Amino acid sequence: MRGAAIRGAGALAALAVGAAACSAPGEGGSGSAGADDSVVVGIAYEPDTLSPLLGYGKDGNAKIFDGLLTHDADMNLKPALATGLPEKSADGLTYTFKLRKGVKFSDGKPFSSKDVVYTYETILDKKTNNAYKTELDALKSVEAKGEDEVVFHLKYPYAPFAERTVHAIAPEHIGAKQDVNTGDLTTKPVGTGPYELVKWSKGEKLTFKANPDYWGGAPKVKNFTMAIIKDDDVRATRLRSGDLDGAILPPNLAKTFAGDKGRKTYEATSFDYRVVTLPTGNKVAGDTDIRRALDVAVDRKAMVDSILDGAGKEAYGPVPTDSEWFTKGTERKHDLKQAEKILDEAGWKKGSDGIREKDGVRASFPLWYLSGDKLRQDHALAYASDAKKAGIEVKVQAGTWEVIQPRMDRDAVLAGGGAPADPDFDQFTMLHSQFVGGNDFNNMGFYENPAVDKALEKGRESDDKAERKAAYDTVQRELVKNPGYTFLTHIDHMYVVNDSFGELTTQVEPHDHGFATGPWWNVEDWQPKK
Amino acid sequence: MPWAAMARMAGRRLLVAVPVLLAVTFGVFAIAAASPFDPVKAYAGTGGLTASEQTLDQLRANLGVDQPLVARWWDWLTAALHGDFGTSLVMRQPVGQVIGERLGWSVLLAATAFLLAIVLGTTLGVLAARRPGGWLDRGVTSLAYGLEAAPPFWLGLLAVWFFALKLDVLPAGGLTDTGSTVVSAGQVATHLVLPACVLAVSQLPWFVLYVRQGVGDALEEDPVRGARARGIAERTVLLGHALRSGLLPVLTLIGSRVPELITGALLVETVFSWPGIAAATVEAATSVDFALLAALTALATAAVLLGNLVADLLYGLADPRVGFDG
Repeated sequence: MRGAAIRGAGALAALAVGAAACSAPGEGGSGSAGADDSVVVGIAYEPDTLSPLLGYGKDGNAKIFDGLLTHDADMNLKPALATGLPEKSADGLTYTFKLRKGVKFSDGKPFSSKDVVYTYETILDKKTNNAYKTELDALKSVEAKGEDEVVFHLKYPYAPFAERTVHAIAPEHIGAKQDVNTGDLTTKPVGTGPYELVKWSKGEKLTFKANPDYWGGAPKVKNFTMAIIKDDDVRATRLRSGDLDGAILPPNLAKTFAGDKGRKTYEATSFDYRVVTLPTGNKVAGDTDIRRALDVAVDRKAMVDSILDGAGKEAYGPVPTDSEWFTKGTERKHDLKQAEKILDEAGWKKGSDGIREKDGVRASFPLWYLSGDKLRQDHALAYASDAKKAGIEVKVQAGTWEVIQPRMDRDAVLAGGGAPADPDFDQFTMLHSQFVGGNDFNNMGFYENPAVDKALEKGRESDDKAERKAAYDTVQRELVKNPGYTFLTHIDHMYVVNDSFGELTTQVEPHDHGFATGPWWNVEDWQPKK
Repeated sequence: MPWAAMARMAGRRLLVAVPVLLAVTFGVFAIAAASPFDPVKAYAGTGGLTASEQTLDQLRANLGVDQPLVARWWDWLTAALHGDFGTSLVMRQPVGQVIGERLGWSVLLAATAFLLAIVLGTTLGVLAARRPGGWLDRGVTSLAYGLEAAPPFWLGLLAVWFFALKLDVLPAGGLTDTGSTVVSAGQVATHLVLPACVLAVSQLPWFVLYVRQGVGDALEEDPVRGARARGIAERTVLLGHALRSGLLPVLTLIGSRVPELITGALLVETVFSWPGIAAATVEAATSVDFALLAALTALATAAVLLGNLVADLLYGLADPRVGFDG
């Protein structure tokens, strides 16, 4: 039967030629892989769009595009399309960039200040369906001064603004001629970056080829393919079979490559935290004593060891313990006795079933996690089991965001997040009380703390590094006194790559990872061994 | 050929198709609107987690999903009649382009599988009917009943596990090899084998059982007995007489299997990452992508109606007693 089937397929090869003429999704270009200068990596998710105007490349490493600035391996800013770091006015409201001369887009047209102005103005335009535009909230206007200078005007002093200018720059001469939301730029991008898109077969793979005229020098890796493989096991199998040169893998699967001499495992540290929101609107989760008890009742070390297979760190706040922004001394020991003492003193008395009670309120609340997310499920169950030991009942439930979101004001949620570039990026939206009551995902726990509000504002406005550090120290100390969120872990991201590409690096990674991050964050600088 | 009668039937069917298509597209809009999924959240993706409420509201207005259901459907319908099927939210592309890029690959897969199923099914069915109760008949029949119960995605995973992972003789998925950027006929052919065979095998039992029954019955009929009495060769009796009248029910089956073929193709395409319309359909449904969803559903409805029409026309041609009354 299989013989017949293959014959049938062979007869249809002729038909396939005809079908190929009407092209695969996003086809174009030619070339073949398999040589030393070709790299194929497996990732779990693909971007929604490749247009910078709709949010692609907002955090840099955009391959096809460059930003004005970019990050090095240690997440320090360095110039890209700009010739240097920006000049900042004394009031902190204007940023002036000098632009690199002689840079060309991959279609041969020159890059100039009008492309920068076009990109930022289009993103801020009301008609542009860009879901990330909130990140540029501080930006009032962009102005071109001649061909090679741009000035950004801000609404309010915003210290980390330069971090936002790693955003990919789109070509005005192409973008302005089409509909920003549906035009070709979303699938057939043209940029100044080290790579050009050959083909994007949605749901299957993205293929890039080196830009031979790249201003930073032509990349040594000439062909770069990112295969989109959602299933972790399939990705691991295809890596083992040699179909892939590298892949992102969960810790347990990455471990199976540990003894493999031909491959290297990379463990990237991250700001990617898992956290339990303790909504103020819940009589139990909103109680400061319950919050403080839970904060010391959870065994973070056990979670790192058993859930993450050791690939991660205990989290005591949004900032990981190895960051320069971390406040030493805010680490909390797992201490069940201390938790029981806090609750006993506050009047939460144990009932006959071991669950505490105070003024007729049972110490019990629901905890939701995104259904299908194994990592969050494991965290939620471990959290509930630790809480139970202290006499607090946490009822773990699974749901989609559609189910969870309307309950966020009163039910706890196992959430994730984290942005390494600046502490303001995730802390302001997560902890500031101005977001309380909104129908969005900011400040999911409805956390209200005037001291935190003040520190967060100080942190984003002040230009002085020491002052900013002091402000975020205040935030972290306040989170010890009134932990509206129980931070559980910071997760390391694991990658396995063939060692024929030499020793690679990883950046400190954000919550969203795998596409722009991972060892291939700077594939344009890789030096393949012969 | 009774061309006039056939044209009349096709015309009548076309008239019926109009209200059917209207009802189906409206139904899709209504179901999508009633679903708990929010198109704005689906569009925003990870951006939705950090976006401010103003940004989300602005998106909602820009995408037109704050309009009432009937208005949205009517806007879509009138634009579609002018050839503009709107923009797919999830693909960030015009719907026409999304379907144009993918439909060819889905048709290639479905047509290959359907042809395989018909040819294989007929062959096995005839062989089984030749000696009812023989070992071949019993083997084929029980296999057919077994396969009838097996869901296509399960068969697909089984095939991937065996042929791609264990034997490593066929690619596990995609249209071409991962490292390749060219769509060549040879690569597409090898990548087509597994999904087409799985889809064919999932459709096979119905054809086997119908043909076996039809030919088996025909072998008992007078014309066949007459032919045998005249000493005509068994081969001619089987293929020229019995198969010919036994194929009649199979013609109806072709029409009625089209919907099953489409849903089967959806599952098979998903398992094998085949870049057809299936992946687009699944994404359109979970992201409440009204425009794409409605266009795809209308397309599937049209395919089913057309399949039925073709089956009825063929039946009328093969058996003049039935006629073309529709």
